[in-house]
Parts: sequence; structure tokens; C-alpha cells
Amino acid sequence: MEKIQIISIIGSVLFLFFIVELIKRCLIKEAYSILWLFFGGLFLFISLWKDGVDWFAKIVGIYYPPAMLLLFLIIAVIFVLIQFSVVVSKQSDQIRKLAQEVALLKSQQTKENDH
Amino acid sequence: MLAVIIPCYNEQYNVGRVLDELTLLNSDTILVVVNDASTDLTSQKAKETNKAFVIDLPINLGVGGAVQTGILKALRLNATQAVKFDGDCQHSSEYIKDLLKPILQNEADIVIGSRFLSEEPDGFKSSFFRKIGIKLLQVFTKILTGKVITDPTSGFRAYGSKAMNFMAVNYPNFDYPEPEEVVLAIKNDLKVLEVPVKMRERFAGKSSISALGSVYYMIKVMLAMFFIALRKHKKMD
Repeated sequence: MEKIQIISIIGSVLFLFFIVELIKRCLIKEAYSILWLFFGGLFLFISLWKDGVDWFAKIVGIYYPPAMLLLFLIIAVIFVLIQFSVVVSKQSDQIRKLAQEVALLKSQQTKENDH
Repeated sequence: MLAVIIPCYNEQYNVGRVLDELTLLNSDTILVVVNDASTDLTSQKAKETNKAFVIDLPINLGVGGAVQTGILKALRLNATQAVKFDGDCQHSSEYIKDLLKPILQNEADIVIGSRFLSEEPDGFKSSFFRKIGIKLLQVFTKILTGKVITDPTSGFRAYGSKAMNFMAVNYPNFDYPEPEEVVLAIKNDLKVLEVPVKMRERFAGKSSISALGSVYYMIKVMLAMFFIALRKHKKMD
């Protein structure tokens, strides 16, 4: 086993362990952890099955196999970022609605107090 | 005093009928409709009946958030038991007394109405995939908690005051929280019991889980159940 393979296995395991710990402490919601766990698992799989990288790179037509790892990494990051954008958009919408509801309730309350 | 919590999302054709059915219950019962930011006339239809407290959530929280809101309201109204009753006419009010019995006799904190305990075959039609899904959740619940819960997805449940206080703080914040709730309750030493019930087909409207979404649902819910089982006990407030 090459040095880099051992390092990447340890790295993947530590990454998965970190994510699991964050979910256990309720710092990440389960629904938002699916992508992280999926890509963490994928990286562990790739580090364990080194020939797979070469094999897959050949199929796709990538000359330099390690470039495929970078491709996976970038895809993973883009997916997670898109998920974040979706969540943030939804939340900003919800915050606006809540603020409006609170403001309307407040104005109703002051009106009732005046009468 | 009993509070019946009815979470509703776009149930304008069912909510009136559900409330009519529930008002036939005798005496000391309050009805709490939690309208989860419906886009139809659910809130109006519920208010028109004058039979229930209607809480309109300003944003859609999902079943979990809606039920928790109902439990909070029930506690503020000093209810000592609560029953969760779906707003889509699937549940029959005749079984509420069966659900409450173990709670009133201090034998359970949460009682689940199970479709799979009754001896005679029931009329509840279920698709092949749904059956597999429920079976899978049964087995998974057994693995995580060591207890057999025949119907972990049933939303027809009763809660005693200990369970109400616990769930008011810790209710799973999720779209379809039922299987998670089972694991959470058992892991936190709440006594969970099942009693046989029959459920009806929906009168109107669509079921909230689509065929395509169900695989994603299964992954999400099993992941959530797994992590709930891993966590340490929650503190009771």
C-alpha cells in the first residue's frame, strides 16, 4: 500500500467521523448531512479501491487519473454549495414571512390597546 | 383534559368532516387544528365550524413542526393527554378511547394506533412498495431499539403528560417524523405501546408522499433514526 493511499484512507475516515460527530451533537441536521456523508463515503471508497480510479479515468477518457479525484472533489463541493443556496433562499423567504407576521400582529396589538 | 391535535396541510375538503366526527366525542376534549401554512381554504373551513382552536402557522414547518405547535398549545391549555389525529379523515375517532386507555392507566407514555395488530384483515389498502417500506422501518426500529413496533409510520397516537412535555421540546423537526419519534421516545425511556386500529382510505386530496420521493424519504428517515439512536439521552425539562 502506498503512502498516499494510507493518508487518503485516514483522511476520509476522519472526515466521516467529523461529520457523524457534528450530526450527533445536532450541529448538522440529518437532512443536510446526506450529501456530506455520501461524498465522504465516496472518497473512502476511492481511497480503498485505488485501481478503480485508473479504471474509471480510462473509461471517461481522462489521461491523468489523479485529475479525476479533483473532478470528484469539485463536483462534491458544487453540489453542497447548490444545496446551501437552495436552503438559504428558502430561509430568506421564511424570515420575510415571519417578520411580516410579527409586524402585522404588533400593529394589531397597538390598535387594540388604543381602543 | 384531552387535546386532539389535528395537523393540516391543504385539507379544505376534509377538515370540516374531521372536526364534525371529533365533536361527537364526549365532554372534556379540546380540538386544536394546526394549519401548516396551507394554500387553500383549510383555515377558513376549520374556523367556520367554531369547534376548534385554529392555529395558522405563517410558514410551512412540515408535520413535525405543526404537531409540536399543537402540543405546545395543548400544554398551554393545561391538557394532560393529547391525541394526534390526521386532518385527512384516515383516522376514526372511535379508537381514541382505546389509545387513551393505557395512558390513563399509567401503562404507557405514548400509544400508537397500529394497522397491523388487528386480527381480522382490515380494509386499508397499501401498495407493494409501501408495504416493503413499512416492513423495512419495522426491522430498522427493532435493530435500533430492540422493540417490535408493528406500525412505526402510523400518525394516530396518544401522549400522556410526560410524553407531551418531552415532545414539546424534542419533537423531531422533520416532514414525516413518525418513525423517528418512536426511536426518540424509546431511547429516552418513554413507554411506547401499540393498540390495534383500523384506518380509512383518504376521502379527498393526495397522500403527501409521492412514489418518486419515497426512496429519498426512506434514506432520510433511516439516517435520522440512526442518529437519534446514537445520541445520548435528552434532558427532560
